[in-house]
Amino acid sequence: MPVEITASGIPLYALPALWPALPEIVIAIGVLALVLYGALRGERSTGDVHYAALALLALGFVLVVTSPAGTEVTFYGAFVADGFAKLMKSLALMASIVVLAMGKEHFEKAGIARFEYPILIVLATLGMMVMISANDLIALYLGVELQSLAAYVIASFHRDDARSTEAGLKYFVLGALASGMLLYGSSLVYGFTGTISFPEIAMALSDGASPGVIFGLVFIAAGLAFKVSAAPFHMWTPDVYQGAPTPVTAFFASAPKIAAMALAVRVFVGAFPTIVEDWRQIIVFIALVSMFLGAFAAIGQRDLKRLMAYSSIANVGFALVGLAAGTVEGVQGVIVYMAIYLFMTLGVFACILGMRRGGVALETIDDLAGVARTHPGFAFAIAMLMFSLAGIPPLAGFFAKYYVFLAAVEAGLVTLAVLGVVSSVIGAYYYLRIVKIVYFDEPKGAYEPAPFTLRVVITASTAFMLIFWLAPAPLVSAARSAANSLF
Amino acid sequence: MSVTAAFFYLFAGITVASAFLVISARSPVHSVLFLILAFVNAAALFILLGAEFLAMILIVVYVGAVAVLFLFVIMLLDIDFAQLRQGSLQYLPIGMVVGAIFLVELILVVTTYVVDPALLNLPQASQAVEGVTNTAQLGAVLYTKYVYFFQLSGLILLVAMIGAIVLTLRERPGVKRQDPARQSARTSETSIEIRKVNSREGV
Repeated sequence: MPVEITASGIPLYALPALWPALPEIVIAIGVLALVLYGALRGERSTGDVHYAALALLALGFVLVVTSPAGTEVTFYGAFVADGFAKLMKSLALMASIVVLAMGKEHFEKAGIARFEYPILIVLATLGMMVMISANDLIALYLGVELQSLAAYVIASFHRDDARSTEAGLKYFVLGALASGMLLYGSSLVYGFTGTISFPEIAMALSDGASPGVIFGLVFIAAGLAFKVSAAPFHMWTPDVYQGAPTPVTAFFASAPKIAAMALAVRVFVGAFPTIVEDWRQIIVFIALVSMFLGAFAAIGQRDLKRLMAYSSIANVGFALVGLAAGTVEGVQGVIVYMAIYLFMTLGVFACILGMRRGGVALETIDDLAGVARTHPGFAFAIAMLMFSLAGIPPLAGFFAKYYVFLAAVEAGLVTLAVLGVVSSVIGAYYYLRIVKIVYFDEPKGAYEPAPFTLRVVITASTAFMLIFWLAPAPLVSAARSAANSLF
Repeated sequence: MSVTAAFFYLFAGITVASAFLVISARSPVHSVLFLILAFVNAAALFILLGAEFLAMILIVVYVGAVAVLFLFVIMLLDIDFAQLRQGSLQYLPIGMVVGAIFLVELILVVTTYVVDPALLNLPQASQAVEGVTNTAQLGAVLYTKYVYFFQLSGLILLVAMIGAIVLTLRERPGVKRQDPARQSARTSETSIEIRKVNSREGV
C-alpha cells in the first residue's frame, strides 16, 4: 500500500522490511563479492572461491536456522518467511554445502576445476531459497529461472565432453519449454483471478474455480512437474543425469528437488486450497506414473547415474503421494520424505564419486562387482543405502514411505497408497540387485582410496539410515510444525 | 488535421515503408539500417502516445543492442544472402494466406468497434496519474515496491553472463595480446639498444 501521495501525484512506497530475507541478502552480496574476486584473480582463485562459497552457504544456513519463528511477509507480499520455508531452506542449503564439498576432488581430477562452479552453485541455491519463500507468481517464476539457468550452465560444465554439452543443451531447451508452460499457466491464473499473490488467489477461489483457472492450474502443474522431474515430464532426466559431471548430478538429484517440491506444496496448498479435488487428480496421476515409470525403467539400466535418475523419478512420485493428500499430514509426509531422500541420495552419490580406479571415475553397476571383498565398509554402506531406498524396515527409507502412504490413506486415497506399495516392491528389485552384485559377484580390483569428505558423507548418511528409527521424533515433529505453518 | 495527427501519419508512414524495405532490400546491411529506421519511427509513435519510457527503451534496446547485434552477425557469418533468397517467391502464396487471415481479423475488430464500442467490452486500463511522466511513475515503484523482483532479475542476468563466459571463453595460446601496462612502462633504455657498429661488418 502506498504510504502517501506526493504533491505531484506519485504514490510513495516505503522500502519494504528487509530482515525477513536476511539469509538471501547476505548470500546475494557474498556471491557478488566472490564473482568480483574470481574475475580479478582468475583461475588461481579456484581454491579460495571454493572454500569461501562453502563458508557463505554455511553462514546462510546458520542465519536460516537462527531466524525467528513465526510468519513474516515482506516485499509487498512477494516473500514469505515461515516455519515451512525455514525447514526447507535449511535442507536445501545443507544439500548444496555437502554437494559442493564432495565435488572438489572430482573436478580437479577431471581437469575442469574453475572458480565459476562454486559461484553458480551458490546462485542456484539462492534461486532455490527464492522458490521456497515465493508467495506470488512473479517470485515463483524468478526463483525457478535463477535456479534453472545456473543449473543449465553447470550441467554442461565439462564443456569439452560431448555428453556434458548435450546434457546442458537438452536441459536448457526442455527447461525453457517448461518455463513457458509455467508462465502460460500463471498468466491464465492471473487473468481469471485478477491477482498474482498466493493468499489472494486462494481468496478469489473461495467459492470454486472457473475452467480457465483449472486450465492455468494444469499448466502450472506441468511446469512444476518438469522441475521436480516427475513423469510424464521426466524425459530429460536420464540423459542430463548421465551426461553432467557426477557432482553436478548429485546436486540435481538433491537440492533443486527439495526446492521444487517445496514450491509445489506452496502453490497447491497455499494458492489453491479451496479446489483440492481439482488438483488432486493431476497430482495423483503424476505420482502414479512417476512411481511406476521409475520402478520399471530402472530395471534395465547399467549406468549408475542413469539408474539414480530413474530412482529419483520414482522417489518424487512417492513424495507427491503426500502432496496428493493435501492435508497437514500429507505435507508433513512430503517434508519427511524429502529430508530422508536427501540423506539417501547424497550418500549414494558420495559412493559413486568414491568409485575410482586407475585415475578413471567408474559409473556402471558392473564396476561394483565384489566390492564387499576389497572394501567391506564401502560395501556395507552401499547395501544399507540400497535397502533404505527400497524401503526395507527399520531403515530410514521405510519411514519416509510410511508417512506419505499413511497420509494418503487418511485422506481416502487407499488405491493410490496400495499402488504405491506395489511399485515400491517392483523398485526393490533393482536396488537389491546392486546389493547382490556388491556381495556375490567376482571382484574386479580395489578402488583408489576415497577422499576424506566422501568418507564423512558416506558414513554420516549410512549412520542416519541405521539409527533414524531410534529417534524419528526431531525430524517428524519439525516437519509437523513446518506443515502446520502452511495451514 | 491537427499537428499530432500529421506527425502520426508521418511516423507511421515511414515505419511501414521502412518495414517493407527491410524485407525487400538486396543488401542485408541495408535491411538492418531500414530496421533501425523502423524502430526509431516506432519510438516516435510511442512518444505521441505519451509512453516516453517505452520509446527510450525501444531505442536503447532495439536500436542500441539488437540492431547492432544483427549487424555483427551479418559481418561475422559469411552468408550468401542472394542464394538464401533464391526461391523465396515460392513461399508467396502461403505468405499471402497468412496476411489475408490477419487482414480479415483486423477488419472484424475494427468494424465491430465502429458499429458499437460497447460490443467489444474492452477492459479499462488502470488510470495513469495525470501530469506525471510514466518514467517517474515507474521509478517510484521499481526500487521500492518491486525492489525484490528488480534485484532478482539482475541476478538472473548475472547468471546468464557468467554462463556465457564459462561455456565459451577459451584461452588461446600464441595469441599476441595488448598489455597497456607493459606498453606504457617501456622506456628508451629498455627498448633501444645502442651498439657500436664497425664499418664494413654490419650488425
